Amino acid sequence: MTIRPGSAFVNAVGSVVAVLVALLIGAVVIVISGQDPWEAYRSLAEGALGSRRGRAETLVYAAPLILGGLAFAVAARAGMFNVGIEGQLVIGGFAAALVGATDWGLPSAIHIPLAVLVAAIAGGVWGFIPGVLKAATGAHEVITTIMLNYLAFRLIIYSIQRRSDWLPVDDSVQGTERVLDTARLPIVLDATRLHAGVAIAFVAAFTIWFVLFHTTFGYKVRTVGLSEGAARYGGIRWGMTIAIAMALAGALAGLAGAGESLGLHGRHSAVPPGLGFTAIAVGLVGRNHPIGVIFSGLLFGLLSAGALTMQAEADVSRDIVLVLQGLVILAVAAFEAMNRLPWFRGLGTPKTPSGGDRASDTGMAPEIESRPAPPAI
Amino acid sequence: MRDVVKRFPGVIANDGVNLAVRTGEIHALLGENGAGKSTLMNLLFGLYNPDEGEILINGKSVHFHNTRQAVEAGLGMVHQHFMLIPRFTVAENVILGNEGPDSILDRAAASRRVAELATSYGLNVDPDAKVGDLPVSMRQRVEILRALYQGSRILILDEPTALLTPQEVDDLYVILRRLRVDGGTIIFITHKLREVANVSDRVTVIRRGKTIGTRVTSETTSQELAELMVGREVLLRVDRPPATPGETILDGEDLRCTGAHHQETLNVASIQLRRGEILGVCGVEGNGQSELVEVLSGLRKPDSGTLTIKGQDVLGENATGFRQAGVSYIPEDRHGRGLVLDFPLWENALLGNTERPEFTKRGWIRSGWIRELTSSLMARFDVRAPSASTPARSLSGGNQQKLIIARELQRDPDILLAIQPTRGLDVGAIEFVHRSLVETRDSGKAVLLLSFDLDEIMDLSDRIVVLSEGRIVGEFKGSTADRAQLGLLMGGRPSEPAMAAA
Repeated sequence: MTIRPGSAFVNAVGSVVAVLVALLIGAVVIVISGQDPWEAYRSLAEGALGSRRGRAETLVYAAPLILGGLAFAVAARAGMFNVGIEGQLVIGGFAAALVGATDWGLPSAIHIPLAVLVAAIAGGVWGFIPGVLKAATGAHEVITTIMLNYLAFRLIIYSIQRRSDWLPVDDSVQGTERVLDTARLPIVLDATRLHAGVAIAFVAAFTIWFVLFHTTFGYKVRTVGLSEGAARYGGIRWGMTIAIAMALAGALAGLAGAGESLGLHGRHSAVPPGLGFTAIAVGLVGRNHPIGVIFSGLLFGLLSAGALTMQAEADVSRDIVLVLQGLVILAVAAFEAMNRLPWFRGLGTPKTPSGGDRASDTGMAPEIESRPAPPAI
Repeated sequence: MRDVVKRFPGVIANDGVNLAVRTGEIHALLGENGAGKSTLMNLLFGLYNPDEGEILINGKSVHFHNTRQAVEAGLGMVHQHFMLIPRFTVAENVILGNEGPDSILDRAAASRRVAELATSYGLNVDPDAKVGDLPVSMRQRVEILRALYQGSRILILDEPTALLTPQEVDDLYVILRRLRVDGGTIIFITHKLREVANVSDRVTVIRRGKTIGTRVTSETTSQELAELMVGREVLLRVDRPPATPGETILDGEDLRCTGAHHQETLNVASIQLRRGEILGVCGVEGNGQSELVEVLSGLRKPDSGTLTIKGQDVLGENATGFRQAGVSYIPEDRHGRGLVLDFPLWENALLGNTERPEFTKRGWIRSGWIRELTSSLMARFDVRAPSASTPARSLSGGNQQKLIIARELQRDPDILLAIQPTRGLDVGAIEFVHRSLVETRDSGKAVLLLSFDLDEIMDLSDRIVVLSEGRIVGEFKGSTADRAQLGLLMGGRPSEPAMAAA
């Protein structure tokens, strides 16, 4: 393992340090608000990990965040900043619920995969659109994905309130009708809410890891994301690659939505859950690496799962969890910024002539960082 | 400058450098890229502070905390990248920062003073011209003028010839000699041996941040300087047996491109590459070179014309199609195009090869095989790196270039496009690249060499074409080409016998 800024190892260490720093600052915040941080963290950890139910809840919260984090990571690897995870997620969740709530008399073995597949396709379309727009017209994905978020929210509300006869929606609950039992993701741990969507998340993470690092397609995605010039030089079709990567990202977010509709809630509600925005943070903290995303998804899931216990036992507002999430993002961003500082980069670099001197000496433009922009949230 | 040391994290850029420059001499500072020349000059000019050692000017120890203090002490610097404001006139640029105490700017007086100064040094620049409208060589004179206006007696020129045609370089020499006559002192930073011989009185060689020695130019040889610079024996001339050109393998006719504002950027009536021959393309930067290369490598579709490779029409193919037709391409921009710096070496070896069955199998990357290949290429092409998993970013420019050459030659191409293949490389690496090109030619492949270094073109090419304003304005046999004639054509000045000599 090489200790070099930018390597997977350094990134992992950096994220861990960032989380610890965030917890430390969070402790200060808790002290300032007049409570005991040790007690707060203890009860938070106990709530999330101390019981069978708590551990299940952690996984339940983590599942959509891992899938959403992957949706961010895949797009980021292609050089796209996917702010549209929320829209891709709800459109997927809505589509899954519609299929799941419709009675075609299908057996579970067909109904579940069908609903999941439709969710992935719906989310995929929602991701593909900004990808194609960027490839064809250069429209910036941050703008188009945000617009598509609103389009998704409104489309769902419109479909519900229009109360059409052929859609299984129920405007009295502002959502779809209940998903039929034949389409519900099975509970994998008795007497908990832990559903099979968690398995989908883990399988997806390992699949994406394999796709990114061991397939030609993944290679093309990463090349496009790191250097457009090199991609063009290498005969990689930039537009095609980012469009497909965005569709894949959307499909992952759609799967997250399917898990929520078919696994957790049993219907899709028109109120946007906000998971898609937390997922951006999960992707960032996971350094856009599928395995990193698993860990950061679990961390964010843990914070959510333990929040209630913390509020009940330590009398610390559960909103402190949001503060912690924000601090983690800031700390990771700070670490990333440090990574770019010359003196920090220099720490792990063996004796090579200094980059700055070289660049000015050869008259070459200083290398331009083409990594995805650091978080600006 | 005595025993100057400057450290950067992990690097000692200057490690006890001694440089003594006499009043009224042109002193060349010679060294390879990354040897510490620029750092040394930045220390002298107050952009950095030395960690150790001292700087003396006229016997007095000085400590500059910023460039203004350096300017006040009589130093002037002409940067490689000009620090001029294009929308300002020459006079406005020259007086920038020295507008005088009055709050109202007397443009007429400023313009007059600048004109006087220009005339007295034979600089021949119109003080009222907009800098943005001036050619590169004139902008450089504006920089020199500015330094003189500020009262500089010691002028530092950082690689001043990089963007000039041979004639413009000669003109620059004339200006520098004139400054010397007037008692000015000039420090001339370069890595080109020819320039040292042509213009300097004395030369100091630095290598890896250390002073290797100072020589009186007239008492040394290029060979000696090259060896001081590299630290070992080098072959300055490429050993090149005569070419045996074979069949025409690439044939382009009437290739045209238009850029923004409907400007014609390329209009090549006819270009051919033949097996066993190196075709040199020379010209001043920005005269259609990048367009020509992009057309020949499939990165850009020309607006009109025909292009065949081995008799097959290839227009309409993309870069992958051109590769499959047998074109390998060493790009001019190693960092932005030839490599993905954050990828390990073996993933860089895959760039452009994703469609080849040895590298990928039904969409899977054959990483084990590629790693082995990369390791063997590294051994064969002397790419110095710890392993095939080392990121490309941590390699030196020379090793990065060797990796690209290795990858492109591994494809066993019929045509090799080598675009500025030695840019920014040290003498040792240049020697290697040149040898590779000649070997490629001798194995019956067609080589196109595009370079802004006329010496390189003349040393290596069997046939030379001159590109100016997007057109091929002259064609020569390598052995009959004449420097002055090439230079004239590069500058866009038509010369009648040039076409006849083709």
